[in-house]
Amino acid sequence: MGLEKAMGDSFVITKLNEAIRWCQKNSIWPQPMGISCCAIEMMAFASPRFDVSRFGSEVFRFSPRQADLMIVAGTTTYKMAHVVRKIYDQMPDPKWVIAMGVCTSSGGMYRTYSVVQGIDQFIPVDVYVGGCPPRPDNLINALMMIQKKIQQQGSQEHHQAQPIYIDQPANISV
Amino acid sequence: MIAQRAVEKLREQFNDVVHEVIEFREQLLVRIETSSIREVCQFLRDDEELKFDMAIDVLGADRLVPVDNPTMHGYVNDPFDRELRSKQEHIPADERFEVIYVLYSNMNNEYIRLKVRVAEEGQRVPSVVAVWKSADCAEREVYDMFGIEFEGHPDLRRIYMPEYFEHYPLRKDFPLMGIPGSLPLPDKQ
Repeated sequence: MGLEKAMGDSFVITKLNEAIRWCQKNSIWPQPMGISCCAIEMMAFASPRFDVSRFGSEVFRFSPRQADLMIVAGTTTYKMAHVVRKIYDQMPDPKWVIAMGVCTSSGGMYRTYSVVQGIDQFIPVDVYVGGCPPRPDNLINALMMIQKKIQQQGSQEHHQAQPIYIDQPANISV
Repeated sequence: MIAQRAVEKLREQFNDVVHEVIEFREQLLVRIETSSIREVCQFLRDDEELKFDMAIDVLGADRLVPVDNPTMHGYVNDPFDRELRSKQEHIPADERFEVIYVLYSNMNNEYIRLKVRVAEEGQRVPSVVAVWKSADCAEREVYDMFGIEFEGHPDLRRIYMPEYFEHYPLRKDFPLMGIPGSLPLPDKQ
């Protein structure tokens, strides 16, 4: 539009949608659904060494009503599935889900009667993270995938979009 | 060894309750008559010399083994089929399950293990909750996983599986991946 030329560096021209997406992606508040051992790595992901506040997600909310992103970290049994679903239902839209670790993604080594073979059987999942447990870097990678997803697709149509599978650790220097 | 002394005392005190004594790596395992397990436990706890005052655990075991199919080598539709089982040499149905009690004596710093055999159907094991309170959860677990009922247990409910669940998952004839539809999931919107 040439407005930048006229006004100098003090202006940025963008679409309103883009601006909202930019805000959303840099303040994803996670709901830590720490069901078992993956939760330890999730804590490391929030701690100063890996420091998720670099990505604007340091505000872990234990109330689902204040969260955007549910990190399901751990083996989900059939009994627990109802609890996970109930908490997911309490989160306001728009919301995203990371299935952290192989147990959550596919049942993992628990190929047994009591463990749900993948949480995508009862909630929509955006990013699957492999590993047992995944390194905190890998969870950061998943968070960045969510950010990319928000930037590209916005929050409206994310349930129709293809989920992302991460099986390689992220190349992030810590 | 105080456990051996316990066996001697049990033989003196009761008629025909000790069926079998197994020693493995200096650990004593005593098979007891099922109907008198409660009295035996009470005796082992209260005896001044033995004082087995702590029930470490109560476990269940399913001794069922799959049958061989004579026609197709190694493959049968239902390896636990009742009719096939009755035709072959097999664990008898009235001795299918075992309940194992691991007891500890703080005074003597020694363990003893008791076990009783339970029939596939209809037989109940006397509960030892009145003797040791700590057996409460352990017996509920055995009931939940094997369906063995304990007579005189104050609150015999499932402890791990949901209350509407109808099967006993640690039985050998329960499929590893469970029975489809027996554990409902929430709807995916």
